Amino acid sequence: MSNDLKGQVMHFMAGNMSCQDLVDLMTEYLEGSLTFTDRIRFQIHLGFCVGCRDYLNQMKTTIRTLGKLPSEPMPTEVREELLKRFRTWKK
Amino acid sequence: MKEEKQQQPTASPESKWNDEQVLVEALRQGDEAAFGFLIDTYYGSLLRLAMAYVPSRAVAEEVVQETWMGVLESLPRFEGRSSLKTWMFRILTNRAKTRGKRESRYESLDTGDGHGDDESWREPERFQSSGALAGHWITLPSMWDEETPERLLLSKESRMFIEQAIDALPPVQRQVITLRDLDGVDSKEVCNILDVTETNQRVLLHRARSRVRKMIEPQLHNTKAER
Repeated sequence: MSNDLKGQVMHFMAGNMSCQDLVDLMTEYLEGSLTFTDRIRFQIHLGFCVGCRDYLNQMKTTIRTLGKLPSEPMPTEVREELLKRFRTWKK
Repeated sequence: MKEEKQQQPTASPESKWNDEQVLVEALRQGDEAAFGFLIDTYYGSLLRLAMAYVPSRAVAEEVVQETWMGVLESLPRFEGRSSLKTWMFRILTNRAKTRGKRESRYESLDTGDGHGDDESWREPERFQSSGALAGHWITLPSMWDEETPERLLLSKESRMFIEQAIDALPPVQRQVITLRDLDGVDSKEVCNILDVTETNQRVLLHRARSRVRKMIEPQLHNTKAER
Protein backbone atom coordinates (compact mmCIF):
# COMPACT_ATOMS: atom_id res chain seq x y z
CA MET A 1 0.00 0.00 0.00
CA SER A 2 1.37 3.44 -0.81
CA ASN A 3 2.02 5.80 2.03
CA ASP A 4 -0.63 8.15 0.75
CA LEU A 5 -3.28 5.48 0.74
CA LYS A 6 -2.19 4.27 4.16
CA GLY A 7 -2.58 7.81 5.46
CA GLN A 8 -6.04 8.11 3.95
CA VAL A 9 -7.14 4.83 5.48
CA MET A 10 -5.82 5.83 8.88
CA HIS A 11 -7.48 9.21 8.63
CA PHE A 12 -10.76 7.51 7.74
CA MET A 13 -10.44 5.02 10.59
CA ALA A 14 -9.73 7.89 12.95
CA GLY A 15 -13.13 9.42 12.36
CA ASN A 16 -12.01 11.54 9.40
CA MET A 17 -10.44 13.88 11.86
CA SER A 18 -6.81 14.79 12.38
CA CYS A 19 -5.27 15.06 15.84
CA GLN A 20 -4.98 18.80 15.31
CA ASP A 21 -8.72 18.98 14.52
CA LEU A 22 -9.47 17.05 17.68
CA VAL A 23 -7.33 19.36 19.82
CA ASP A 24 -9.17 22.36 18.33
CA LEU A 25 -12.54 20.83 19.20
CA MET A 26 -11.60 19.72 22.69
CA THR A 27 -13.37 22.45 24.66
CA GLU A 28 -16.51 22.09 22.59
CA TYR A 29 -16.42 18.36 23.28
CA LEU A 30 -15.96 18.86 27.02
CA GLU A 31 -18.65 21.55 27.08
CA GLY A 32 -21.07 19.23 25.28
CA SER A 33 -21.60 21.62 22.40
CA LEU A 34 -20.49 19.43 19.48
CA THR A 35 -23.11 18.24 17.02
CA PHE A 36 -24.05 14.60 17.33
CA THR A 37 -22.01 13.64 14.23
CA ASP A 38 -18.91 15.54 15.35
CA ARG A 39 -19.18 13.99 18.76
CA ILE A 40 -19.22 10.49 17.27
CA ARG A 41 -16.25 11.30 14.99
CA PHE A 42 -14.42 12.74 17.97
CA GLN A 43 -15.01 9.56 19.95
CA ILE A 44 -14.04 7.29 17.06
CA HIS A 45 -10.77 9.21 16.72
CA LEU A 46 -10.14 8.90 20.46
CA GLY A 47 -10.69 5.16 20.25
CA PHE A 48 -7.91 4.88 17.69
CA CYS A 49 -5.46 7.44 18.95
CA VAL A 50 -3.56 7.03 22.18
CA GLY A 51 -1.91 10.46 21.76
CA CYS A 52 -5.26 12.22 21.71
CA ARG A 53 -6.51 10.19 24.66
CA ASP A 54 -3.48 11.32 26.63
CA TYR A 55 -3.99 14.90 25.52
CA LEU A 56 -7.63 14.76 26.63
CA ASN A 57 -6.49 13.43 30.00
CA GLN A 58 -3.96 16.24 30.32
CA MET A 59 -6.71 18.75 29.65
CA LYS A 60 -9.06 17.15 32.18
CA THR A 61 -6.30 17.12 34.79
CA THR A 62 -5.58 20.79 34.06
CA ILE A 63 -9.24 21.71 34.52
CA ARG A 64 -9.63 19.71 37.74
CA THR A 65 -6.45 21.25 39.09
CA LEU A 66 -7.73 24.76 38.40
CA GLY A 67 -10.92 23.86 40.25
CA LYS A 68 -8.92 22.93 43.31
CA LEU A 69 -6.68 25.99 43.44
CA PRO A 70 -7.21 27.36 46.93
CA SER A 71 -8.47 30.94 47.09
CA GLU A 72 -7.15 33.40 49.59
CA PRO A 73 -8.79 33.73 52.95
CA MET A 74 -9.93 37.18 54.00
CA PRO A 75 -7.48 39.06 56.22
CA THR A 76 -8.86 39.38 59.76
CA GLU A 77 -8.71 43.21 59.79
CA VAL A 78 -10.68 43.38 56.56
CA ARG A 79 -13.32 41.07 58.00
CA GLU A 80 -13.61 43.11 61.20
CA GLU A 81 -13.95 46.33 59.23
CA LEU A 82 -16.67 44.87 57.02
CA LEU A 83 -18.68 43.59 59.96
CA LYS A 84 -18.40 47.04 61.53
CA ARG A 85 -19.78 48.61 58.36
CA PHE A 86 -22.57 46.05 58.29
CA ARG A 87 -23.62 47.14 61.78
CA THR A 88 -23.79 50.76 60.61
CA TRP A 89 -25.74 49.73 57.50
CA LYS A 90 -28.26 47.91 59.66
CA LYS A 91 -29.20 51.10 61.48
CA MET B 1 -5.96 30.76 59.60
CA LYS B 2 -6.86 29.25 62.93
CA GLU B 3 -7.57 32.64 64.49
CA GLU B 4 -9.99 33.39 61.71
CA LYS B 5 -11.85 30.18 62.21
CA GLN B 6 -12.45 31.08 65.83
CA GLN B 7 -13.91 34.42 64.88
CA GLN B 8 -16.37 32.97 62.48
CA PRO B 9 -19.92 32.46 63.62
CA THR B 10 -20.70 28.99 64.87
CA ALA B 11 -20.77 26.47 62.07
CA SER B 12 -24.23 25.07 62.60
CA PRO B 13 -26.48 27.82 61.17
CA GLU B 14 -24.35 28.07 58.06
CA SER B 15 -25.93 25.11 56.31
CA LYS B 16 -29.29 26.84 56.18
CA TRP B 17 -27.65 29.81 54.40
CA ASN B 18 -26.71 27.60 51.51
CA ASP B 19 -30.32 28.24 50.60
CA GLU B 20 -30.03 31.64 48.96
CA GLN B 21 -33.50 32.83 49.83
CA VAL B 22 -32.88 32.16 53.49
CA LEU B 23 -29.54 33.96 53.29
CA VAL B 24 -30.95 37.01 51.51
CA GLU B 25 -33.78 37.25 54.03
CA ALA B 26 -31.32 37.01 56.93
CA LEU B 27 -29.13 39.72 55.38
CA ARG B 28 -32.09 42.05 54.91
CA GLN B 29 -32.97 41.61 58.54
CA GLY B 30 -29.45 42.63 59.47
CA ASP B 31 -28.22 39.23 60.65
CA GLU B 32 -24.53 39.86 61.17
CA ALA B 33 -23.61 36.17 61.17
CA ALA B 34 -25.27 35.81 57.77
CA PHE B 35 -23.15 38.65 56.45
CA GLY B 36 -20.09 36.98 57.93
CA PHE B 37 -21.03 33.82 56.07
CA LEU B 38 -21.49 35.74 52.83
CA ILE B 39 -18.12 37.48 52.94
CA ASP B 40 -16.29 34.33 54.06
CA THR B 41 -17.85 32.36 51.22
CA TYR B 42 -17.24 34.82 48.40
CA TYR B 43 -14.21 36.90 49.31
CA GLY B 44 -11.70 34.63 47.55
CA SER B 45 -13.77 34.31 44.37
CA LEU B 46 -14.46 38.03 44.15
CA LEU B 47 -10.81 38.91 44.70
CA ARG B 48 -9.69 36.49 42.01
CA LEU B 49 -12.13 37.91 39.50
CA ALA B 50 -11.21 41.50 40.38
CA MET B 51 -7.55 40.70 39.74
CA ALA B 52 -8.48 39.74 36.19
CA TYR B 53 -9.61 43.34 35.60
CA VAL B 54 -7.25 45.67 37.40
CA PRO B 55 -3.48 46.00 37.40
CA SER B 56 -2.67 45.55 41.05
CA ARG B 57 -3.70 43.53 44.01
CA ALA B 58 -4.26 46.66 46.10
CA VAL B 59 -6.75 48.01 43.57
CA ALA B 60 -8.44 44.57 43.34
CA GLU B 61 -8.93 44.59 47.11
CA GLU B 62 -10.49 48.04 46.90
CA VAL B 63 -12.83 46.83 44.17
CA VAL B 64 -13.93 43.95 46.39
CA GLN B 65 -14.58 46.39 49.25
CA GLU B 66 -16.66 48.56 46.95
CA THR B 67 -18.53 45.47 45.83
CA TRP B 68 -19.57 44.58 49.39
CA MET B 69 -20.82 48.11 49.87
CA GLY B 70 -22.65 47.88 46.54
CA VAL B 71 -24.21 44.60 47.62
CA LEU B 72 -25.50 46.13 50.85
CA GLU B 73 -26.85 49.21 49.05
CA SER B 74 -28.66 47.18 46.41
CA LEU B 75 -29.80 44.32 48.58
CA PRO B 76 -33.26 45.78 49.23
CA ARG B 77 -33.78 45.82 45.46
CA PHE B 78 -32.43 42.29 44.80
CA GLU B 79 -35.26 40.40 43.13
CA GLY B 80 -33.70 36.99 42.78
CA ARG B 81 -33.98 36.96 38.99
CA SER B 82 -30.42 35.70 38.87
CA SER B 83 -28.61 33.83 41.60
CA LEU B 84 -27.12 35.89 44.40
CA LYS B 85 -23.68 34.80 43.29
CA THR B 86 -24.21 35.94 39.68
CA TRP B 87 -25.69 39.20 40.92
CA MET B 88 -22.66 39.87 43.14
CA PHE B 89 -20.23 38.97 40.38
CA ARG B 90 -22.01 41.45 38.11
CA ILE B 91 -21.72 44.19 40.69
CA LEU B 92 -18.03 43.40 40.91
CA THR B 93 -17.41 43.38 37.16
CA ASN B 94 -19.16 46.74 36.79
CA ARG B 95 -17.02 48.30 39.48
CA ALA B 96 -13.89 46.60 38.22
CA LYS B 97 -14.45 47.86 34.68
CA THR B 98 -14.86 51.40 35.92
CA ARG B 99 -11.75 51.07 38.01
CA GLY B 100 -9.81 49.36 35.26
CA LYS B 101 -10.62 52.18 32.86
CA ARG B 102 -9.46 54.70 35.37
CA GLU B 103 -6.26 52.73 35.83
CA SER B 104 -6.12 52.75 32.01
CA ARG B 105 -5.50 49.08 31.70
CA TYR B 106 -8.87 47.72 30.78
CA GLU B 107 -9.22 49.85 27.69
CA SER B 108 -5.92 48.87 26.17
CA LEU B 109 -6.12 45.18 26.92
CA ASP B 110 -9.76 44.36 26.51
CA THR B 111 -10.13 44.63 22.78
CA GLY B 112 -13.77 43.73 22.48
CA ASP B 113 -14.19 40.00 22.07
CA GLY B 114 -10.60 39.25 22.98
CA HIS B 115 -10.11 37.39 19.72
CA GLY B 116 -7.42 39.74 18.58
CA ASP B 117 -4.76 38.10 20.69
CA ASP B 118 -1.80 36.24 19.28
CA GLU B 119 -1.91 32.58 18.37
CA SER B 120 0.49 31.38 21.04
CA TRP B 121 -2.17 29.11 22.53
CA ARG B 122 -1.81 26.94 19.43
CA GLU B 123 0.96 24.41 19.06
CA PRO B 124 1.25 23.75 15.31
CA GLU B 125 4.80 22.49 15.77
CA ARG B 126 3.42 19.38 17.46
CA PHE B 127 1.64 18.19 14.33
CA GLN B 128 2.88 16.97 10.96
CA SER B 129 2.51 19.81 8.52
CA SER B 130 2.30 17.79 5.33
CA GLY B 131 2.19 14.29 3.89
CA ALA B 132 -0.30 11.52 4.36
CA LEU B 133 -0.45 12.06 8.11
CA ALA B 134 -0.77 15.84 8.05
CA GLY B 135 -2.34 17.13 11.24
CA HIS B 136 -1.35 14.08 13.30
CA TRP B 137 1.01 14.13 16.28
CA ILE B 138 4.74 14.23 15.62
CA THR B 139 5.57 13.24 19.16
CA LEU B 140 2.76 11.87 21.28
CA PRO B 141 1.68 13.89 24.34
CA SER B 142 3.03 12.50 27.58
CA MET B 143 0.88 10.49 29.94
CA TRP B 144 -0.20 12.39 33.04
CA ASP B 145 -1.92 9.36 34.49
CA GLU B 146 -0.13 9.57 37.80
CA GLU B 147 -0.67 13.32 38.04
CA THR B 148 -3.65 14.22 40.12
CA PRO B 149 -4.74 17.76 40.98
CA GLU B 150 -3.92 17.03 44.63
CA ARG B 151 -0.42 16.01 43.69
CA LEU B 152 0.07 18.97 41.39
CA LEU B 153 -1.04 21.39 44.06
CA LEU B 154 0.96 19.81 46.82
CA SER B 155 4.01 21.96 46.43
CA LYS B 156 3.82 25.70 46.88
CA GLU B 157 6.09 26.08 43.91
CA SER B 158 3.78 24.38 41.44
CA ARG B 159 0.77 26.24 42.88
CA MET B 160 2.59 29.49 42.23
CA PHE B 161 3.50 28.32 38.77
CA ILE B 162 -0.13 27.65 37.88
CA GLU B 163 -1.19 30.99 39.32
CA GLN B 164 1.43 32.73 37.21
CA ALA B 165 0.18 30.91 34.15
CA ILE B 166 -3.30 32.34 34.83
CA ASP B 167 -1.90 35.83 35.52
CA ALA B 168 -0.20 35.78 32.15
CA LEU B 169 -3.43 35.22 30.20
CA PRO B 170 -5.04 38.05 28.22
CA PRO B 171 -7.60 39.66 30.59
CA VAL B 172 -10.81 38.43 28.95
CA GLN B 173 -9.51 34.85 28.80
CA ARG B 174 -8.47 35.14 32.40
CA GLN B 175 -11.94 36.37 33.37
CA VAL B 176 -13.59 33.42 31.64
CA ILE B 177 -11.30 30.71 33.01
CA THR B 178 -11.44 32.22 36.51
CA LEU B 179 -15.21 32.02 36.62
CA ARG B 180 -15.63 28.80 34.70
CA ASP B 181 -12.81 26.59 35.96
CA LEU B 182 -11.56 28.13 39.20
CA ASP B 183 -15.00 28.96 40.57
CA GLY B 184 -17.07 26.37 38.72
CA VAL B 185 -19.69 28.84 37.49
CA ASP B 186 -21.79 27.28 34.71
CA SER B 187 -21.37 28.57 31.18
CA LYS B 188 -24.73 30.36 30.91
CA GLU B 189 -24.00 32.32 34.07
CA VAL B 190 -20.50 33.18 32.86
CA CYS B 191 -22.03 34.66 29.69
CA ASN B 192 -24.45 36.63 31.82
CA ILE B 193 -21.74 37.95 34.14
CA LEU B 194 -19.26 38.88 31.43
CA ASP B 195 -21.73 39.87 28.69
CA VAL B 196 -20.31 37.51 26.11
CA THR B 197 -22.08 35.07 23.80
CA GLU B 198 -21.86 31.34 24.46
CA THR B 199 -19.76 30.77 21.35
CA ASN B 200 -17.39 33.54 22.32
CA GLN B 201 -17.15 32.17 25.83
CA ARG B 202 -16.14 28.74 24.53
CA VAL B 203 -13.49 30.21 22.24
CA LEU B 204 -12.01 32.24 25.09
CA LEU B 205 -12.15 29.28 27.44
CA HIS B 206 -10.48 27.02 24.88
CA ARG B 207 -7.60 29.43 24.40
CA ALA B 208 -7.19 29.99 28.12
CA ARG B 209 -7.20 26.26 28.91
CA SER B 210 -4.83 25.47 26.06
CA ARG B 211 -2.39 28.10 27.29
CA VAL B 212 -2.51 26.93 30.89
CA ARG B 213 -2.06 23.27 29.91
CA LYS B 214 0.87 24.22 27.73
CA MET B 215 2.48 26.12 30.58
CA ILE B 216 1.98 23.30 33.07
CA GLU B 217 3.49 20.67 30.79
CA PRO B 218 7.21 21.56 31.04
CA GLN B 219 6.80 22.07 34.77
CA LEU B 220 5.61 18.48 35.07
CA HIS B 221 8.62 17.20 33.20
CA ASN B 222 10.88 19.09 35.58
CA THR B 223 9.28 17.68 38.70
CA LYS B 224 9.37 14.22 37.16
CA ALA B 225 13.09 14.58 36.54
CA GLU B 226 13.59 15.56 40.17
CA ARG B 227 11.75 12.54 41.51
